[in-house]
Amino acid sequence: MSFDLVEIRDLKVAFDGTQVLHGINLSVDRGEALGLVGESGCGKSVTWLAALGLLPGKAAISGSVRIEGNELCSAPRQALERVRGGRIAMIFQDPSSSLNPVIRIGRQITEALTLHRGIGGETARAEALRLLDMVGIPDARRRFDLFPHEFSGGQCQRLMIAMALAGQPDLLIADEPTTALDATIQAQILDLLNQLRAETGMATVFISHDLGAVSQVCERVCVMYAGRIVEQGSITQLFSRPRHPYTRGLFDAIPRLDGPRTRLVPIPGTVPNPKQLTAGCAFSPRCAHSVASCDFQRPELDVMEDGRRLACFNPVLADEPTPALQTVMEDA
Amino acid sequence: MVRFVISRLLRALVTIVAVVTFAFVVLRMSGDPAQVMLGPDVPQEAVDAFRTSWGLDQPLWIQYLAYIKSIFTGDFGVSMRDKESALQLVLERVPATLQLTIPALLLKLFIGIPAGVYAALHRQSAVDRSVILLAILGFTIPSFVMGLLLVLIFSVTLGVLPSGGQDTWVHGLLPTITMSIGGIGILARFSRSAMIEVMGQPYIRTASAKGVTWSNVVWNHALPNAAVPIITIVGFMVGSLIAGAVIVESIFSWPGIGRLLVVSVSNRDLAVVQCILLMIAATMVLSNLMVDLLYGWLDPRLRRQTVH
Amino acid sequence: MVTPLIEAKGLTRVYEMRRGLFGKAIPVRAVDDLSIKVLPGETLGVVGESGSGKSTLGRMLLGIDPAQAGAVTFEGHPMPAFGTAEWRALRARMQLVYQDPLAALDRRLTIATQIREPLDIHNLLTKSQRDGRVQALMAAVGLRPDQADRYPHELSGGQRQRAVIARALASHPSLIVCDEPVSALDVSIQAQVVNMLRDLQDEFQIGMVFISHDLKVVRNVADRVAVMYLGRIVEEALSDVIFASPRHPYTQALVSSVPVPGQPLKGRMILQGEPPNPADRPSGCAFHPRCPLATDICRTSVPALRTIGVGRSAACHLVEGATAPIAA
Repeated sequence: MSFDLVEIRDLKVAFDGTQVLHGINLSVDRGEALGLVGESGCGKSVTWLAALGLLPGKAAISGSVRIEGNELCSAPRQALERVRGGRIAMIFQDPSSSLNPVIRIGRQITEALTLHRGIGGETARAEALRLLDMVGIPDARRRFDLFPHEFSGGQCQRLMIAMALAGQPDLLIADEPTTALDATIQAQILDLLNQLRAETGMATVFISHDLGAVSQVCERVCVMYAGRIVEQGSITQLFSRPRHPYTRGLFDAIPRLDGPRTRLVPIPGTVPNPKQLTAGCAFSPRCAHSVASCDFQRPELDVMEDGRRLACFNPVLADEPTPALQTVMEDA
Repeated sequence: MVRFVISRLLRALVTIVAVVTFAFVVLRMSGDPAQVMLGPDVPQEAVDAFRTSWGLDQPLWIQYLAYIKSIFTGDFGVSMRDKESALQLVLERVPATLQLTIPALLLKLFIGIPAGVYAALHRQSAVDRSVILLAILGFTIPSFVMGLLLVLIFSVTLGVLPSGGQDTWVHGLLPTITMSIGGIGILARFSRSAMIEVMGQPYIRTASAKGVTWSNVVWNHALPNAAVPIITIVGFMVGSLIAGAVIVESIFSWPGIGRLLVVSVSNRDLAVVQCILLMIAATMVLSNLMVDLLYGWLDPRLRRQTVH
Repeated sequence: MVTPLIEAKGLTRVYEMRRGLFGKAIPVRAVDDLSIKVLPGETLGVVGESGSGKSTLGRMLLGIDPAQAGAVTFEGHPMPAFGTAEWRALRARMQLVYQDPLAALDRRLTIATQIREPLDIHNLLTKSQRDGRVQALMAAVGLRPDQADRYPHELSGGQRQRAVIARALASHPSLIVCDEPVSALDVSIQAQVVNMLRDLQDEFQIGMVFISHDLKVVRNVADRVAVMYLGRIVEEALSDVIFASPRHPYTQALVSSVPVPGQPLKGRMILQGEPPNPADRPSGCAFHPRCPLATDICRTSVPALRTIGVGRSAACHLVEGATAPIAA
């Protein structure tokens, strides 16, 4: 029997008794690019931090995370440490503060090489230089012994990517990797991520609140809301025909750079407090589509006829117009 | 680099001159050494003669200039009481003080920092809570209370340790412990909060995410960063190696600089007091300079930082 | 001709930067000989990357940051010096809203107290009228009456930014400078606040300078847009025009770099090189090291901001003059 590269089953996370992740089921195939989309607090980052055991000790985690069939959730720390960076690498939102300020960047990269590939000394240095070259750090030989603060934000993210590549991982988790960067640099990093995936064949999970950035990198996407996946499908499916009212709302809320300048269509209300979730669909208080049952019953994430997964009792119809003229109670 | 050290040394000099001036003025205003030295029943001629011989009949500013001049020629004056060189008197006492303060400093470092770091890594645990509690007790109880308390327990009640004197190393135990407890508390608290701060930083998560083992995350990634704020406190402690023992030496009748200072102040033995203050200021300033240089070594950002 | 609400001519801001503890101070031009004007009720969008000087410009327009050269006139009168009584009185007419509402609000005071503050400071309205004005302002920005007695930490990010905007509106300003006002907000909330800003502006005819790195938001809010690069304006045009047919290569790259949902990365113009460093300004056109079209003249001569069409200008040696068709 062949396994998916990573398979997450019923992953739940609670902080101090407040549940923030409510049973995530998700699998990542070899070499694929998966997007995880949602607003702050939806649990998109927590999912992967929990999977790799990187959450603080007070987090209560249950469920199963398997990499090629091997369970990570109950694995001893040594096993987890081999997977981190070796099988699954991760890069983060704020590259400048994600690198250790007092360690030379060359050493930060060779450290990963020693850990996962057992090489040191001159061999490691040569390999690190090759990686720096690969991620587009100019003049790497001369800058090998510099400290992180001597690099710009965009270059720091390239350094983070080089460090992630050091362990030759099968999966790269990129957690909002371009959010803190300027527009033109953002485009460079997205381009680099695409190019590296093509060259190395490693799978990518791209976590972002930016639907635009996700569609430039990913093939498949999961939309999350309040600790659950609400819609999941291919980029083309979701972006041409969003079915969940939340997915549709996200699209409508983004201002456009082309076409007529119309009034924006916000999603009314705010994200619910995780301490005060009701038995119903978490989105129903903000949902223009909600029906009576939404308030006390929760829709399951079911497979639709076109192959996508959707958790909604009253999904958006295929060609429903944008509710531009609808008066909504805006209450941020 | 050279420019940096020179500018810091110049600043240090200004600090020292300020301390000396302050001490000079305060001491002259606070009482007449002639009266104190000679006692109340001495005839006026004797008092006048004493004043003339020590130059106390001159206007204050002339005395001050003469004093500053002599300091720069390495002459720290003569004790009014023992007629010996003040510098000589002070230097003789230095070893005794260091016998207390250096072991105390080591205790502070080797107990305070590990306790704080351990507590930070095991937050909310029983150990963490005990460390916080003991640390607060340690630095809130004044050393004279702590000293008397320890004497009461170990000398009076249990009778296992001597309560004063300098005969053997055992005599040094109680004063050393008394002196170190406050510092242990301060260092534990400081190391704990510094370490908690660092462990919450994104680069620690990065280190874990790339598979670095837990102990290496702590040793190689966290501690070098936490060292920066801790060094500040340690620098202050090093700076008070000379002066930090005034109270404790008095309690345990330990013949160090602190004792000498107390005695000399009450005798208005100006040369000795000024010499001690000068030494205290110099060690403080020197340790500050060392801390600044250490900062640069520990934190590369401070080496080439962009400052307005 | 209408008197501009605010007009800046030849604004220059230079500050000194020191490299390391031992280094020499070098002058950094954050804003360089920049001229700009905003008409009453108009919204000027200012876009640019970090280091472009857009935030410094915003503060200079309000007189908070001093200018080494150049002058600002507000409603036809020269801007009084920072800190003077005249300047403080004028602050009632011009307000600043910036990115982090939590930092802008006092956490010990209720929302209503803080919205009322400008009225108290500038002694506007009678005391009894002020309560009514606060209620009206809260309604205008979409805050519920029961939120009046809340403290900042009891509100969400979007609600806090609404409170900050209500406070900025309290003294009937004719100009608001918004520096990244919605950048910290989630997409769905961002749309709420953007709509609100547009409505308020229509209702009260407020002139606005809207500074942001987010081209999509700027396009939606601004009537006219200025693109900044290393302290200078490189292109300026009507909002609809500039994003539909950018002329300056930098604007073209910026527009191209905006990820559009549903569109793959292919075919986009990806600019090489790092964002500009004001302390290390290239010779000639500051953009030339990153410009795919740069020629010899770009390396040596600084292009002036020239009119290249009706209401549009660009600072580029390679952009054709006014005779060229506007649509690219």
